[in-house]
Amino acid sequence: MSTGKYEAVIGLEVHVQLNTQSKIFCSCRNRFGDRPNANTCPVCLGLPGSLPVLNRKVLESAIKVGLALNCHVAERMKFDRKNYFYPDLPKAYQISQFDMPVSAKGYVDIMVNGEPKKIGITRAHVEEDAGKLLHEGIKDGSNVDYNRTGTPLIEIVSEPDMRMPEEAYEYLTALKAILQYLEVSDCNMEEGSLRCDANVSIRPRGQKEFGVKAEIKNLNSFKAVARAIQYEIDRQTDSIEEGDTVVQETRLWNDAKGVTTSMRSKEEAHDYRYFPEPDLVPFVISREIVSKIKATMPELPRERQQRFVDTYGITVLDAAVLTQEKRLADFYEETVACGSDPKAASNWIANELLGQMKQRDLTIATLTITPKAMANLIQIINKGLISGKIGKDVLGEMFSTDKLPEEIVKAKGLLQISDEGAIARVIDEVIAAHQKSVDDYRAGKKNALGFLVGQVMQKTKGKANPALVNKILTTKLEA
Amino acid sequence: MELFKYGIKQAREFIQANNEHFLALQRALVERAGTVDKKVNAYVSFSSSKLPTSLNQLSGGPLHGVPVSLKDNMCTDGWETTCASNILQGFIPPYDATVISKLKDAGAYIFAKCDMDEFAFGSSCETSCYNGRNNRKKKANASATRNPWNVDYIPGGSSGGSAACVAADEAVCSLGSDTGGSIRQPAALCGVVGLKPTYGRVSRYGLVAFGSSLDQIGPFTKTVYDNALLLQVIAGHDPKDSTSAHEPVDDYLATINKGVKDLRIGIPKEYFRFKIREDMPEKELMGNEGLDYDVELRIREAIKVYQNLGAKIVDISLPHTKYAVAVYYIIGTAEASSNLARFDGVQYGLRVYADNLREMYFKTRDEGFGDEAKRRILLGTFVLSSGYYDAYYKKAQKVRTLIKQDFDNAFQQCDVILTPTSPTPAFKIGEKLDDPISMYLSDIFTISANLAGIPALSVPCGFSKNGLPIGMQLMGKYFSEATLFQAAHTFESATDHHTKRPAL
Repeated sequence: MSTGKYEAVIGLEVHVQLNTQSKIFCSCRNRFGDRPNANTCPVCLGLPGSLPVLNRKVLESAIKVGLALNCHVAERMKFDRKNYFYPDLPKAYQISQFDMPVSAKGYVDIMVNGEPKKIGITRAHVEEDAGKLLHEGIKDGSNVDYNRTGTPLIEIVSEPDMRMPEEAYEYLTALKAILQYLEVSDCNMEEGSLRCDANVSIRPRGQKEFGVKAEIKNLNSFKAVARAIQYEIDRQTDSIEEGDTVVQETRLWNDAKGVTTSMRSKEEAHDYRYFPEPDLVPFVISREIVSKIKATMPELPRERQQRFVDTYGITVLDAAVLTQEKRLADFYEETVACGSDPKAASNWIANELLGQMKQRDLTIATLTITPKAMANLIQIINKGLISGKIGKDVLGEMFSTDKLPEEIVKAKGLLQISDEGAIARVIDEVIAAHQKSVDDYRAGKKNALGFLVGQVMQKTKGKANPALVNKILTTKLEA
Repeated sequence: MELFKYGIKQAREFIQANNEHFLALQRALVERAGTVDKKVNAYVSFSSSKLPTSLNQLSGGPLHGVPVSLKDNMCTDGWETTCASNILQGFIPPYDATVISKLKDAGAYIFAKCDMDEFAFGSSCETSCYNGRNNRKKKANASATRNPWNVDYIPGGSSGGSAACVAADEAVCSLGSDTGGSIRQPAALCGVVGLKPTYGRVSRYGLVAFGSSLDQIGPFTKTVYDNALLLQVIAGHDPKDSTSAHEPVDDYLATINKGVKDLRIGIPKEYFRFKIREDMPEKELMGNEGLDYDVELRIREAIKVYQNLGAKIVDISLPHTKYAVAVYYIIGTAEASSNLARFDGVQYGLRVYADNLREMYFKTRDEGFGDEAKRRILLGTFVLSSGYYDAYYKKAQKVRTLIKQDFDNAFQQCDVILTPTSPTPAFKIGEKLDDPISMYLSDIFTISANLAGIPALSVPCGFSKNGLPIGMQLMGKYFSEATLFQAAHTFESATDHHTKRPAL
């Protein structure tokens, strides 16, 4: 809890599936959603006698991630076996990295309530994913789908640097943005390509030692992570307040009920019996390879945000919103490249477009509006061909057509009326019809103006140039 | 000479792309197996219906038409592979081990699959599930492989079947695997030539793993020449095995006749009980009390043969030898406990049904594994356990490094190291089965080569008083198989031990 006697200590373990063409230790296709067991071979099925061979691309991606998280990339790394029994783990051990991860000791920059903070990264290591048990529609048993077995994973372990659920949320958002910029993962929580476990403990404010932590699993969205952490902080606080102790355990988040429940205690925890994987020799990561990868690193969210502020003169806040997702930032820059004013584009995209997308449950990945159309919209607004208000309606139309805004506007007769004579004629009609409001205005009730402007806009179906309406109406009323 | 007595060289010369000859040799071996395997029990999986009926079905190549028998821990596409374990009954791999692909590419074919200690855990072949007392279906009369020289004796192990089938002339040659002596010890005890190549020389892809950092596949043959021929085919880098070496493969036959003049042969004092030569310093007995007197005599004679052939005999020391068995039983079992965890009843092999997953695991593994496998899984699990890892596994890895350094130092002074292969000739069936420690000590001279990763070969060097074969071990530097073949071939050419065959 952020107030009161106690302070929370939060650390996150994030598993990210890499989007390499093939799996980590064999040449099977690495793809979500195929027919069960379509993408398997003796190696990922763990058949007797089969041996792993490391996919070079996985190592490259892992180095990229390490560099992007400001980590030290190891000179030497090795793999280890993590031993446990489960039907989705065909070798009964997972090939992972225990004490020589590919990278370690980094950090991620986040902003919480406008304040910058660095969240430490303990390590980022490479490992293989397990298969999936299928229970649906099966009597007396389960089936196993080994398609996911051998999918390359990077496990990113943060330092216990977070103190509030909001920080965890921001950390995950920042991390996801970085990984998407690197184009190493889809980071899709629903498909399981990004998974998160949270370690939460509380301690009296001012105490240096950590409290006893609970590890929370089954977190299916960033929001769930924040909610579960808050629940866990409250639960542990209550527990201590009531004189109980917090026990070290693994707990499962139930999103529907909004609670965590105990899964297994420390005593029931596995002894994984890690030892060096003898089938894979230790790898030397040459500094040449690291510098080569460094040279090809794409611009990362933070750098891009700063560039947007510097180059386009937009606010830090808008820049942050626009750069959170790489595709959105690309969309913005393409819109500007199509001739749109950068500041107007920033306003329209960061606020109106995202708002309308949210209403329609669209993401930047599913958006059909092109930067060219977006730029066109902003241009006709800036030229005064339509009003901003009409612009919002036109934007609404754009979700379901590939016509350019100027075509939509023409077809629907939405062009702004800037002919002073025409506007004056409408104003005369309105003045004639609403003598009382005119009298009110002239008697000093200046807010009657708004009503009269509204009437003019209504009569012109919003097409009258608002600035002209104001100017002419005021002149006539004060004449 | 009867056809079944042919080794690879003779078989090749006989077949020469002649289909009649190819079939005649195959027929002779099928008949021979039909006669002698009732006594020897080397084969666990043998069916003449699986054999090629024409040379046309095989690739051309250096082994065109040559049959090869295989230890039953090498995956063979469409052919049951059981590791002589109840838990793998019915497991038919969907792929060939790399050595099998290489054999097939060279024109060879699989003749039969051979008995072994269960998962290669043992030195006598008696832990095989085909041994009546271990068989889940209680085939009490069934017997594991016996020594062709005297069927009351064990053939050695774990590749006992691979050694016995060659010794009994029911195979032209065979492949085995060696984790701590499993090729060399049975080769010695059955009187054939067996080689454990340098770690990484032969691909392990498709070899059911026991100790992944120790396992190597290698050939059993009737002569050193044949051994070189067979290694030539199976050696080389395999992109499917990250631990296989990129080192180019030597032409082993090119140097095999070079002789041993001026070759420096090191004799490690730690491997002997008494001083080896008259002119050695008097001050100590060499202290290896487990060494059989007959074995020691034969080795002394072998050293003399080498001296007469112009080799230089050098006294050397391998001071960490005494820790080898302990280190081996920590590292080997640790790796085995993990490697064998996949046999859990989920995907293949035995599944004993139960009410829930946990019970299914327990029952399947309880009924599927024999005593020795369980012993090693328990030991391996223990040494890797949290709190014990540093004291056992980590310590053992450090000592392993010292053992490697012993060899590096020794090879400054000599080119090959000569030792007994096994401290004793074959022992009687049942003699050591219930005494694991005494069984483990059968590998006392062979284990170090696996820990260091160096190549080592066993070649026949005579017989005990009661007519059982004795083998001599030659160990070499990394990737010096050519030197080992050269030294062993020179010895073989100067002696006639290899020409003797058991009376069956």
